[in-house]
Amino acid sequence: MTTVSMTVNGKQISGEVEDRTLLSTFLRENQGLTGTHIGCDTSQCGACLVHMDGKAVKSCSMLAVQASGSAVTTIEGISQNGQLHIMQKAFKENHGLQCGFCTPGMIMSAIDMINRLGTDLDEKTIRHELEGNICRCTGYHNIVKAIKAAADEMAEVLEAAE
Amino acid sequence: MTAEGIGARVLRKEDKRFLTGNGRYTDDMTMPRMGHAAFVRSTHAHARITSINTDDAMKMPGVDAVLNGHQLVADGIGNIICGWMIHSKDGSPMNMGAYRALESEIVRYVGQAIAIVIADTQQQARDAADAVIVEYEELPVVVDSLDALKEGAPQLHPEAAGNLIYDWEIGEEAATNEAFANAAHITTMDIDNNRLVPNPMEPRAALAHFDPAEEHYTLYTTSQNPHVARLVLSAFYNVAPENKLRVIAPDVGGGFGSKIFIYPEEIACLWATKRVGRPVKWTSDRTEAFLTDAHGRDHHTTAELALDANNKITGFRVKTVANLGAYMSLFSSSVPTYLYATLLSGQYNIPHIYANVKAVYTNTTPVDAYRGAGRPEATYVVERMMETVAKEVGMSPAEFRRINFIRQFPHQTPVIMAYDAGDYEASLDAAMKIIDYDGFAQRRAQSEAAGKLRGIGMSCYIEACGIAPSQAVGSLGAGVGLWESAEVRVNAVGTIEVLTGSHSHGQGHETTFAQLVSDRLGLPTESISIVHGDTDKVQMGMGTYGSRSGAVGMSAIAKALDKVEAKAKKIAAHLMEAAEGDIEIEGGELKVAGTDKKLTFTEVALAAYTAHNLPEGMEPGLKEGAFYDPTNFTFPAGCYICEVEIDPDTGVVSIENFVAADDFGTIINPMIVEGQVHGGLVQGIGQAMLENTQYDEEGQLLTASYMDYTMPRADNVPSFKLETTVTECPGNPLGMKGCGEAGAIGSPPAVINAVTDALGIRDMNMPASPNRVWQLIQDNGIKQAAE
Repeated sequence: MTTVSMTVNGKQISGEVEDRTLLSTFLRENQGLTGTHIGCDTSQCGACLVHMDGKAVKSCSMLAVQASGSAVTTIEGISQNGQLHIMQKAFKENHGLQCGFCTPGMIMSAIDMINRLGTDLDEKTIRHELEGNICRCTGYHNIVKAIKAAADEMAEVLEAAE
Repeated sequence: MTAEGIGARVLRKEDKRFLTGNGRYTDDMTMPRMGHAAFVRSTHAHARITSINTDDAMKMPGVDAVLNGHQLVADGIGNIICGWMIHSKDGSPMNMGAYRALESEIVRYVGQAIAIVIADTQQQARDAADAVIVEYEELPVVVDSLDALKEGAPQLHPEAAGNLIYDWEIGEEAATNEAFANAAHITTMDIDNNRLVPNPMEPRAALAHFDPAEEHYTLYTTSQNPHVARLVLSAFYNVAPENKLRVIAPDVGGGFGSKIFIYPEEIACLWATKRVGRPVKWTSDRTEAFLTDAHGRDHHTTAELALDANNKITGFRVKTVANLGAYMSLFSSSVPTYLYATLLSGQYNIPHIYANVKAVYTNTTPVDAYRGAGRPEATYVVERMMETVAKEVGMSPAEFRRINFIRQFPHQTPVIMAYDAGDYEASLDAAMKIIDYDGFAQRRAQSEAAGKLRGIGMSCYIEACGIAPSQAVGSLGAGVGLWESAEVRVNAVGTIEVLTGSHSHGQGHETTFAQLVSDRLGLPTESISIVHGDTDKVQMGMGTYGSRSGAVGMSAIAKALDKVEAKAKKIAAHLMEAAEGDIEIEGGELKVAGTDKKLTFTEVALAAYTAHNLPEGMEPGLKEGAFYDPTNFTFPAGCYICEVEIDPDTGVVSIENFVAADDFGTIINPMIVEGQVHGGLVQGIGQAMLENTQYDEEGQLLTASYMDYTMPRADNVPSFKLETTVTECPGNPLGMKGCGEAGAIGSPPAVINAVTDALGIRDMNMPASPNRVWQLIQDNGIKQAAE
């Protein structure tokens, strides 16, 4: 057993884990953060996607000990003061989710996309960048629309701030 | 109508919990002292088990128990059954082989459960399952259904000689043969429907708990129909009587049919929880899902169409062999029969149809309903034929369909179904206009100039939804009735809970069902809650599949609302000293027509519960229930047109344009309906272009993870152009037809018709993967033509 310590959603936490414990298992079982889902075990579907030190990682494909000392953000950590994040709001307004299982990973992936590429995203780019996230319900149509809408709104917010 | 009533694009009430990570799926549940289960599974497709050695496994850390099929049978747990009886054409009942939740003698597919291991953690359970040593004596294997029917093929079940489950027929053979004898033109095609794995993103899971003091079981499970699960677990598998078994299907992450059935794992977890004296949870990993979730499709068909000299269809003859895998899953027998061959008339006036279906056992995963269930297979056969025949007789595919469309309703087909309403030309016209069908030749010329191949294909589908009239399906062999129930509970201060036997696993019932109540009573949807998925809360229900939750589930709610309204009107009339017939319900108020007298719905509800001043003899309270049994199937129909461009150097097919024009009857929430169509289209496009389930000759599944099985991803598909045309369904109170499966039913033939058009060939199998398309280009010398 090994002690891992990290910041999760702004809170300093630590826990005892078997060395082989995956980050996804640690978040779900040790921390009770069940919004991070496990959909494929092979790093393909992206349901387990979280941010580590500001970058997207698939938490089913790394060990909890590898995340020790880092700052992790999960789906539970992105709304502020009970207000949905712009990306969460856009998914709702554009019906970008159905069963909800892939949704946390989709939203974390979409936020990462904008962090990396900025807000000027066209449909082709969004579709290409979503290659690591699988959804079986929506046919992606409304997910793509939601990400575009969120990117546009974020661009407006940034412009207003300048 | 209110702002949130029928037809409004109301944003979903259920979204917030999913967007914030607060959804509650089965694997999210935990209980004190909970043990984790893992299954020992067959590594062979066909073998006799000679020994099961658990010594090493039992010594491993955290391991509580390893239980096998001998113990399961000794405890009286019943065999898994197929709940729809099909009779062969000679009148004999289908040949069902014994199917145990844990097999201890002969395994018949890779992944079949042999033993259950319970340990303190999931990883310990999986490690111990790996350490159980099963010795096998290998038996010969058969994977393809045509091979299984050959003389000398390996035999799976003693109950099914020649691996034949049934040899079934529908329609009039002699009359159909005569139509062919007199035909001016006959087209024959061999058409395969590739095997698919449903792949809801949430893997199956079960959490079972036994309370020894009450002798009571609770099962959390990933089910589309928790009441059917309880019924089957009680009545057939002898797990517990219904009053001692609570089944809860909490948030469920997609189903697409695969979560209708009761699987070995749920049975084993329920049985094991009592034996080990602690809660037991099992969660499938993705490879287990590929190996054990019921697969879909897998048909080999030969179809023949007869025309007269005016190109009117005079006869249709179809022979299909359906692969049901190694065992008969819950509704497997109905899929290639009554859900398939009854749709072979398509949208067309066909005087004579005859179909023969043979269902066979093979050493593969069981096959059952997957989004569309039989109707995609029928539509694929019909619409591949229509497009091909049109070209053979030198007509445009649209014109050939037009001269054969059914135009008068009701229309009795030769294969049971009586279509009640439709306007097939309206959806064809709408789709052709949106895609600019007339401009295709010019777009094709542009593609050719750029060295690309361009093709266009259409599909005019029809399906049967609103499943189903209980008496009718009973007479066809169904073991259950397919009505739905609802209860409308008005609280004392006027908020409402609607309890429904339908189950939402992505369809948005919490929103659309509330919209119906809002529409009727004029109350905001936020004051209306939908309760579903728990056998302790909802008395009985048949669940969600076959696009039935609107047409059947909501009709039950509408019936219960009729009763609530009637009682509320009586109370209001009494309180306002008016005639009952003068009371109108509008905007959340009960008004006396032609006066300014009114009471709010809340005031009337409160009066019902204080019971201080009710009409003489009236019971207090305001709560009504209803069962709704449909009078007919519903018949959604539409036209899909796909336009593709192919790179002849790589064989990559790109969908440039896809239009869907659907007639779903009344639409409650267009936003949700569009979402259902998008998702269905991509599952159908996935089948046509990407997905394929492949076994090797030893019965090993080669496509058992997302690294091998090509799921559609965002960059494989386009955005869609959707349109709806409306003919209301006359058969239910809301005029609804259902929209959940249309996309998956209608799209595969549109894609393949477009790809074959681009390549200038007649026949090809799905999926149109780059490898297959490139090979077709080489084999047919097409590349040179494009250059």
